[in-house]
Amino acid sequence: MHNVNTRFHKTVVYSIVGIMLIPILATFVYSLSSRWGATVLPDGFTFDWYVKLLTDPRFLQAFGRSLFICIASLTLSVLLVLPAIFVVFYYFPKLDKLMNVLILLPFAVPPVVSSVGLLQLYADSEISLIGTPWILIGTYFTIALPFMYRAISNSFEAINLNDLMDAAHLLGASTTKAFLMVILPNLKKGLMASLFLSFSFLLGEFVFANILVGTRYETLQIYLYNMRQTSGHFTSALVMTYFLFIFFLTWLASRFSRGVKQ
Amino acid sequence: MSSSVLSPSSSESRSNLASTWLKRFKPAIWLVPFALFFYLFQLAPMIWVLLNSFIYDGEFALDNYIEVLDSAFMMQAFGNSLWLAVWSSIFGLAIATLLVSSLRRVDSKVRDGVIAFTNMSSNFAGVPLSFAFIIILGTNGAITLLLKQYGLLGDFDLYGKWGLLAIYIYFQIPLAVLLLYPAFDALSDDWQAAAALLGAKTSQYWAKIALPVLSPALFGTFIILIANAIGAYASVYALTSGNYNVITIRIASLVSGDLFLEPNLAAAISVILMALLAFITVINQWLISKSYAGRK
Repeated sequence: MHNVNTRFHKTVVYSIVGIMLIPILATFVYSLSSRWGATVLPDGFTFDWYVKLLTDPRFLQAFGRSLFICIASLTLSVLLVLPAIFVVFYYFPKLDKLMNVLILLPFAVPPVVSSVGLLQLYADSEISLIGTPWILIGTYFTIALPFMYRAISNSFEAINLNDLMDAAHLLGASTTKAFLMVILPNLKKGLMASLFLSFSFLLGEFVFANILVGTRYETLQIYLYNMRQTSGHFTSALVMTYFLFIFFLTWLASRFSRGVKQ
Repeated sequence: MSSSVLSPSSSESRSNLASTWLKRFKPAIWLVPFALFFYLFQLAPMIWVLLNSFIYDGEFALDNYIEVLDSAFMMQAFGNSLWLAVWSSIFGLAIATLLVSSLRRVDSKVRDGVIAFTNMSSNFAGVPLSFAFIIILGTNGAITLLLKQYGLLGDFDLYGKWGLLAIYIYFQIPLAVLLLYPAFDALSDDWQAAAALLGAKTSQYWAKIALPVLSPALFGTFIILIANAIGAYASVYALTSGNYNVITIRIASLVSGDLFLEPNLAAAISVILMALLAFITVINQWLISKSYAGRK
């Protein structure tokens, strides 16, 4: 009886995961095949598509731009969110409720809706932000915010903030020093996990990039979209390279978040 | 606290009061940059959308809304979006529930692996996912050819509504799994054993015990899936180059298309979309309060 049940559950898990894997595996095989026309199986295998991709300066530039935007917006997010959460938790704990409502907004409002307002607000001003990476850095801050706020505030709840601060003050540290040398090291793991996680989905962001900036500052996703008319093998190699990078980032994130639990 | 009683309004105590007030709120300076950026990139665009949806030809009017509601094309876009959102959420939720419930019965190594995989595949959405689907299910896709060889598949078209539904379900599953997985902690293993001991079949256990206990989590996940699907843009855009009529494509084409830019009309559609989401959320909350867990 028990054995039959276990087998049933295993079948369910493997078949659903198996179906989910098909698009990824097919893309992988396609990216390695020299030609895969009107047949079920490919004609031959080759690494040419990867070589072609990794030597394409346009790809490298797009990748570099994406990395720049992601790193810049995550740096901005940390600089804005970290002191704000500390102040909320240490001085105004009642504000946490309001913050929890505010950070739902980026979730609740679809990016397409936000971009309607953003386009009108920042297109006509004296220094136009539309079409530049700067507008993306600002909007990506709002996308990363809910995840970072939740992760960091969870870490804050896990430590005895007031006791730690009191102890540091007693030993003669200023509030700033106590924050940097006592609190920050305690937040490191939660912060790193949320950063890698945010990195991986900021890299996949398409809506803001396409509507607000488009080809004027070609990021990875826009490059991917613009390559749709070229060979499917080439775009598969591109998708797989992107997926490998995402895999690496989520792996890093899970390593750090596992550290949090221990 | 008792300064008004003790001191006869000397200027010293007032400055004291001011300085303690200043001291108390000085840390709030650190909230200012955060608040500024949040306002500039999140609140201000929302406010712009709300205000300008009521402005037509420079005057306050409801014409934008009337134009949207009168247009069969716009209503079709809303209809298509809702159809995709509801069905992809139902299927996504059902498959995820099945997966998560079985996941808790297999050994932990497999479980951790599957959770890691879902974490990763939740980022496999939008443009890259559409390309993967084109490769396997497109006109010359490997699976299309395989199924056609055996005479299956009929007139399945990846670039039509069934193809879109398939891709929507695909990106809903990982999200639903990640949201539902912690909720299953609420189910105690003993309950199933107890129910079995009392003679309940597995189906009865699910219908009478497990699903009612899980209902708040299921409804909550359902709402997030609906919002996720209604707001989806990249997959449809990449798959059909914006030719399939869903509401996000309409909004985007009114603000960033090549011709006929009508940002105020886009704003009105956006407000209707948000109202629709709010309405679904309210209904959902009402259902949760009616459910077993809400009545407790």
